[in-house]
Amino acid sequence: MIPAAFEYEKVTTVDEAIAALSNDDTKILAGGHSLIPAMKLRLSRPAKLVDIGGIAALKDLKEEDGEIVIGAAATHADIMYHNLIRTHLPFFTEGASMIGDVQVRNHGTIGGSLAHADPAADWPALVLAADATIEVRGSDGSRRIKATDFFTGLFTTRLGPNEIITAVRIPKPADGAKSTYQKFPQPASRFALVGCAVIRFADGSTNIAFTGVAENAFRDSGAEQALAGKPVNEEHITAAVNAALQNVDVLGDHYASIPYRTHLAKVFLRKALWAVK
Amino acid sequence: MNTSIHVTVNGVQYSHMVEPRLLLVNYLRDVLRLTGTHVGCDTSSCGACTIHLNGKATKCCTILAVQADGCEITTIEGLSHNGELHPLQEAFNECHGLQCGFCTPGMIMTAADLLQHNSQPSETDIRHALEGNFCRCTGYHNIVKSVQYAAEKISESAVAPAEVKA
Ligand SMILES: Cc1cc2nc3c(=O)[nH]c(=O)nc-3n(C[C@H](O)[C@H](O)[C@H](O)COP(=O)(O)OP(=O)(O)OC[C@H]3O[C@@H](n4cnc5c(N)ncnc54)[C@H](O)[C@@H]3O)c2cc1C
Ligand code: FES
Ligand code: FES
Repeated sequence: MIPAAFEYEKVTTVDEAIAALSNDDTKILAGGHSLIPAMKLRLSRPAKLVDIGGIAALKDLKEEDGEIVIGAAATHADIMYHNLIRTHLPFFTEGASMIGDVQVRNHGTIGGSLAHADPAADWPALVLAADATIEVRGSDGSRRIKATDFFTGLFTTRLGPNEIITAVRIPKPADGAKSTYQKFPQPASRFALVGCAVIRFADGSTNIAFTGVAENAFRDSGAEQALAGKPVNEEHITAAVNAALQNVDVLGDHYASIPYRTHLAKVFLRKALWAVK
Repeated sequence: MNTSIHVTVNGVQYSHMVEPRLLLVNYLRDVLRLTGTHVGCDTSSCGACTIHLNGKATKCCTILAVQADGCEITTIEGLSHNGELHPLQEAFNECHGLQCGFCTPGMIMTAADLLQHNSQPSETDIRHALEGNFCRCTGYHNIVKSVQYAAEKISESAVAPAEVKA
């Protein structure tokens, strides 16, 4: 399968990318591991691609002002092998290692995954649970969008048409935090049938996020409240599982019916909470 | 509008004008006639098209040739040296790691990526590393054995020169 013809420009700075995006029907090309398959199927036919693979600054991964800052073009493998991540955000290491396969992890990027907002992608749940902020830039300058405001529906986000994600900023969890990512992969594609990211802080608060369950990844405030200030034990884990998925429109499809996916989500929340106990 | 690319494939430099929509796998197979890289699914699932792009295992049915501009590429044809098989090629032969052979170039390129990072992989490491490569014939058992055999061969040959010196 061959994509429809398009124009191609490789840029080396974010400003060049933003300038190129002012043309109609232009799309950013990062790892291409969501966009190229869609273009081969002609589900997507952009007139022009702006390749950001050559912007070195977007691949940075560093600590800055108490935050871990991951450049948008860092690949899943870059993140999985990085010591800063392993030390401060071990559930990012765990989650990255479960994305697709080696070849996909070598090319797919965190920025591409967040912009694409596949309902079954792993990064959305991880960045939500980590209380991340998404840094974006457009012709009007930079702005930061909280992950909890970023995902708005199936493959849709708050990103403007001429904006580019430049980085993901994550507050460094205080000492004593425990985190985990539990995923039930669709056996062929390895996308999440359900994925559950949990971080439990030493102060007794817990962030819980799901992917694969609804049209977009989300924080589960019902389950979080059931655990707030309570010890993570059998009693409170069960309370959190019972409180989970209130007012959530659970997806049903040929991979998993609504009751089955609801059941899986609760099982994976339970597994995740036992892992941070 | 065609775009010029410069790539090094198996140590040889090439420059071509290509259409931006040309997939890297079609560049390798149809322009350079390196047909050892196979197309199985054409949907980034099966791994038959795996090559190394700047040393990293890559499904080249999901990369544009223009994205590879300036890169070093190794295909299955580039693994043997002076007519001597790469230990992985020898291993697949010795351990009956292939039947029809369609998946084999991709399997070997992915396994080579693994052995660069992990010279003594466990069976679990090998199975996890080969998740993106499908084989419809062997049931994987002998493929895993082949990778283990190659890992041993490579570590023996790394030790051998030192022994000779002593
Ligand atoms: C076989 C296979 C298995 C996979 N399995 C999984 C899995 O298990 N879990 C998972 O989460 N994902 C999975 N993926 C998806 C993979 O992680 C993609 O790489 C990722 O979703 C998109 O990242 P990319 O860099 O490839 O983006 P691209 O494909 O280049 O782009 C995707 C979209 O995002 C836009 N975009 C890219 N970068 C930016 C940016 N910086 N700013 C604004 N917009 C941008 C593009 O314009 C495009 O619309 C799989 C993919 C494949 C092919
Ligand atoms: S042909 Fe590329 S992954 Fe199957
Ligand atoms: S040997 Fe036939 S597909 Fe693997």
